[in-house]
Amino acid sequence: MSNERRRARRDEPEPSAQDLEQQRDHQRIERRALLKGALGLGGAVAAAGWVSLAPPGWPLSLRDPDGERGKPTAAVRSLPEGGFRVPDAPSVADLGVAHGTQLKPMLLAALDALGGIGRFIQRGDVVVIKPNVAFERPAALGATTNPEVLTALIEIVREAGAKEIRVADNPIESPSSCFVRSGIQAATQAAGARLFLPTPEEFALLGTPGATWIERWPFFWGPFVGANKVIGVSPIKDHNLCRASMTTKNWYGLLGGRRNQFHQDIHGIIADLALMLRPTFVVLDATRVLFRSGPTGGSLGDVKPGHTVVVSRDSLAADAYGWDNLLERQGEALPAYFAKSAARQLGQPEWRKLALREVNIG
Amino acid sequence: MKRLPVLQSVQSAPRAIALAAQNATKPNRDGSPWYARVFRLTTTRIITQAFCFGLFIFLLWVTWFSRLGGYPASLFLELDPLVTFATAVSTHTVYRWLWRSLWILVPTLVLGRVFCGWICPYGTLHQFIGWVFNIRRNKDNISVNAYRPIFQFKYYLLVVFLILSAFGALQIGLLDPICLLTRSVATAIQPAFDTALPDALAGIAARPGAPHPRVFAGAWFIGFLLIGLVGMNLVIPRFFCRVLCPLGAFLGTLSRFALLRIDRDLTRCTDCNLCMRHCEGASDPQEALRKSECFVCFNCIDDCPEDALAFRLAPVPVHEQIIGSLKEGTARLFGRKVISKLPETVLAPPDVPRRRWVFAGIAGLLAFPFLRFSKAVNARSYSAKAIRPPGSVSEPEFLERCIKCDQCINVCPTNVLQPSTLAEGGLEGLWTPVMDFRTGFCQLNCTLCSEVCPTGAIQKIDLARKLGKEAHVEAGPIRLGTAFFNRGRCLPWAMETPCVVCEEVCPTSPKAIGTYKQEITRWDGKKVLLNQPYMRPELCIGCGICEHECPVQDDPAVYVTAIGESRSKDRSLLLGSRETPTKT
Repeated sequence: MSNERRRARRDEPEPSAQDLEQQRDHQRIERRALLKGALGLGGAVAAAGWVSLAPPGWPLSLRDPDGERGKPTAAVRSLPEGGFRVPDAPSVADLGVAHGTQLKPMLLAALDALGGIGRFIQRGDVVVIKPNVAFERPAALGATTNPEVLTALIEIVREAGAKEIRVADNPIESPSSCFVRSGIQAATQAAGARLFLPTPEEFALLGTPGATWIERWPFFWGPFVGANKVIGVSPIKDHNLCRASMTTKNWYGLLGGRRNQFHQDIHGIIADLALMLRPTFVVLDATRVLFRSGPTGGSLGDVKPGHTVVVSRDSLAADAYGWDNLLERQGEALPAYFAKSAARQLGQPEWRKLALREVNIG
Repeated sequence: MKRLPVLQSVQSAPRAIALAAQNATKPNRDGSPWYARVFRLTTTRIITQAFCFGLFIFLLWVTWFSRLGGYPASLFLELDPLVTFATAVSTHTVYRWLWRSLWILVPTLVLGRVFCGWICPYGTLHQFIGWVFNIRRNKDNISVNAYRPIFQFKYYLLVVFLILSAFGALQIGLLDPICLLTRSVATAIQPAFDTALPDALAGIAARPGAPHPRVFAGAWFIGFLLIGLVGMNLVIPRFFCRVLCPLGAFLGTLSRFALLRIDRDLTRCTDCNLCMRHCEGASDPQEALRKSECFVCFNCIDDCPEDALAFRLAPVPVHEQIIGSLKEGTARLFGRKVISKLPETVLAPPDVPRRRWVFAGIAGLLAFPFLRFSKAVNARSYSAKAIRPPGSVSEPEFLERCIKCDQCINVCPTNVLQPSTLAEGGLEGLWTPVMDFRTGFCQLNCTLCSEVCPTGAIQKIDLARKLGKEAHVEAGPIRLGTAFFNRGRCLPWAMETPCVVCEEVCPTSPKAIGTYKQEITRWDGKKVLLNQPYMRPELCIGCGICEHECPVQDDPAVYVTAIGESRSKDRSLLLGSRETPTKT
């Protein structure tokens, strides 16, 4: 401050009592603001201290002393105990085989051998149907489930009173293209069933106790929420590695994740699949038989007509029947996954020991 | 206490509505009807812009397997006159639907750059962002829309690009606004949009039913470039359109002598410069109009308080008709007093000095050898991973045609098509489509990329052509490359472990992958049957599904390279590769 200004200040009159009172008021307000600020700061520090230092079990604690709390956890789902099987009941046969060309009557006849569709589907059921849509191929090439078989099956299940019918598969090639090219999408929609595409949010970890490889594995969970019946409908195909891909291998299409590792133990994983999913029943769609270059095929020369559907509660029996009679490999040893699954009491590969009923339609 | 005045407008609702309706339909002071206030040309323009932008996004949205049916998915690219002109220069042909750009060319010659102001979705994006985030004061709004010499730059770019086209190196797609926006939406915006979309709205996802979120090579660069260019609107409004856009330069050159243009009435103009306030093109409507820069947005006409501006058919300059002195204020034009101090209404030519044209030309001439004699695209050392989509023409022709719009990448259902980075394509091939079999594979029964390609870099093919069936048995299937085994990483070959996923998924019939069956005794004494895979090269079509499905994920034990691709004889591998194997 310059001298002149200081002098000018000296000449100024002293502040009045009112002025001083006003100043004190102002200082009081300042003090209050300071206290408030200090309290706020203290609170923030205390809160930060609490969340970072309070032991892990305490409310609002974020403390993670060894890094374990920070690791992601995923809920593990499980399918119902005993799978989706219906109770045992006396029936004419364990394997229903129908030959012919009229698909719906064939399916009905094969089901009748097992006690009729009414044994499996009741009014109000929510049913998941799992076709094989692995590749983007027209149905005629035999690499995917015949859409006409699927249509007939959906109609039968609907007529039995099912409330909702869902169709789901996780193909190898681009899913939406596979569903369209194979005709499965059109068949599903025309028959009024609901199609599930394997988008990432549909997957969840599934626990399969006792499985060798998939005790916990990403599973196409979306369609199974609220479902109480599961039907597999699979084509019958040659397979380069496991020799034959039929109704048991069909469940592979419900797996997500890095499933291409399973080829390192293909028979082990198929036995796991048989354990993972115990269906209400399976349909082996042998209207066409892909007898070589499987599982992709690609040439009409690889396909021969089969004119057959096989229905069973036991996918191993249905597959073994297919191996002998439709792939015409009778006499060759069954692939190892049959024995592995049978050892777990998951089915009877020796289909000749079971009651079989064979019908010809049209 | 003083009473506040009661607002007169607070009345019963029906009366208020009637009053409002009466006010809204009052004629203007100049006697023109009420709707002249509402249905202005600028309003029509905004509606048109919104429609075109919506249509553009809609067409990119339908560019997908389940939605494509019949839509002209690449319409905006086909409307783009620069795409047509530059590909005509490079290939001497006009492919398929590219004649559609006449729909833009003709109005440009009559009206000027209506495309820029009314149609271009990228221009609309810039205008919208510039408008929303404009915090300038009025005075700054006027000065920021003044013409700057940097706006010449787009003409130099155009010269360079067109000279490159003449040599067969099509580079317009780097900056052409339609290509740029299509590419940005396809590779950067789309994955972000689908990720942000809640599950309940999955039906409107850009790529519904995709099994994985889609990934794109260098999406970060394409995305940040979009943000950067759009963000420049905060510095200079329509920065991209005024400074960089080669299509704008092309249309500007064409519209130089367009029949209709903005004309200024000197007897009304007070030189207030308010016409510059919202001028999109910075085309100087306040003096001699730069027709090449004008986006025909009509904002100047709206903003002029004196009604001195009009859009007229071929106005003739009036400079020489002025009688008297402007300085002394005695100037008169056709009997009226001249108010404006700037008598120039004559058209200003594109502000590009001749010597700079020459410089740009030299740059263009040098750019070609710089690009082509770099590795990657050169025939003598092409990249093994520059694997082109099925139906592609041979590499030199491909580089003549591809505009890097990435519509093929947008439509590809498996995500195998990727914008090339510098590694696969060099600068010349940057953002052109290449196949990356770790992200996807070429689906056997799919020809969608050939369907949407606007320029024929990927020729339209049908399935029979792709698979070598029916009329094409002689030519055989289209081969994208050839698969090779890396036995050092293959589980059955190197690790005593069964696998052969590759054989399982191989889609040809008979399979191009066979196996040697061999029983070995493993290190722990167990007997294992190994199927050790090998390639039958004459059957391999290079679809890459083996590479994609190989469990040795990070560096697959079976991998495809470009050698053996059927589009080019120079890159064949086998002696008899042009012939089809006769075995079924």
